[in-house]
Amino acid sequence: MKRRWFILTALLVFLLPRETYAMHIMEGFLPLNWAVVWSLASLPFLYLGLRSIGKVTSENPQLKMLLGVAAAFTFVLSALKLPSVTGSSSHPTGVGLGTMLFGPMAMSVIGCIVLIFQALLLAHGGISTLGANTFSMAVVGPLVAYGVYKAAKKVGAQGISIFLAAALGDLATYVTTSLQLALAFPDPTGGVMASLIKFGSIFALTQVPLAIVEGLLTVLVYNYLTVYSQSELQELALLRGDVQHDPGA
Amino acid sequence: MTLARKNLLLIFAVVVLTIMPLIMITDSEFGGADGAAEEVILQIKPDYEPWFPVLWQPPGGETESLLFALQAAIGGAFLGYYFGIKKGLAGK
Repeated sequence: MKRRWFILTALLVFLLPRETYAMHIMEGFLPLNWAVVWSLASLPFLYLGLRSIGKVTSENPQLKMLLGVAAAFTFVLSALKLPSVTGSSSHPTGVGLGTMLFGPMAMSVIGCIVLIFQALLLAHGGISTLGANTFSMAVVGPLVAYGVYKAAKKVGAQGISIFLAAALGDLATYVTTSLQLALAFPDPTGGVMASLIKFGSIFALTQVPLAIVEGLLTVLVYNYLTVYSQSELQELALLRGDVQHDPGA
Repeated sequence: MTLARKNLLLIFAVVVLTIMPLIMITDSEFGGADGAAEEVILQIKPDYEPWFPVLWQPPGGETESLLFALQAAIGGAFLGYYFGIKKGLAGK
């Protein structure tokens, strides 16, 4: 049985044209040692994320639907390949919204699930590069979004904070992708730095208008949540230990 | 400014940002950013061979766009379902 799968896979690999359109790191395009490094780096976050999601859903089952919203938003946004000013396309990540609601750890799990879906069904990203892509999109992105959100909320309005958090989280994801590729493929003359500029000009630059789009869409959905899901938002704020300005509830 | 108007503005801005590159750049197919990255990798390390096979990929552009549409539809359907329920409850 196993052998049959092996032969089938080998045949498939042999017959398929090697051309994938991924905005994550493509299957097989990260040397084994780096693939392992990034996988190990992602693991603790996935563990904490599973714990955090388990805690939320067991203690506050009514928040499960909102977790679904966070996942659905990531699904929609990462399915949209948008044209960019560089003349190529890429897609937003959608992890900012869930980060604002459930914190960065929970999003590492949701982001990883979306990446697995895309790797298996869309030849988008990959299984060998899953660890690296999880680290950029589902660990660094949410962490940056969370940090920006916390910092911006101290000085600015809610809407602006959410916009900045989602946009910069998106951008950070692709800066991380560029860095991962630069570390794995340092330029023979200019080293990692030269490679970083090369990959950065592809990924990060393409991402700028998309990051703005992601910020705007995240604010849009959050606006709806403030209208229809006020009680859940308050519950989440209490869970996270945020100080609530009680709006007369 | 009401929330509904704010949201309309947000949607309008998203549409403008998305259409702008299409108007600005007329001689591009807007391929994936990864194709370009692959070229850079092979330029830096011409002898690099992908070491892990793509397990399965859509047989062509049509099937691929089906799966992407499916991904967006699943997410969109859930969002619509959620806010539909919420709106219904709020109206009671």
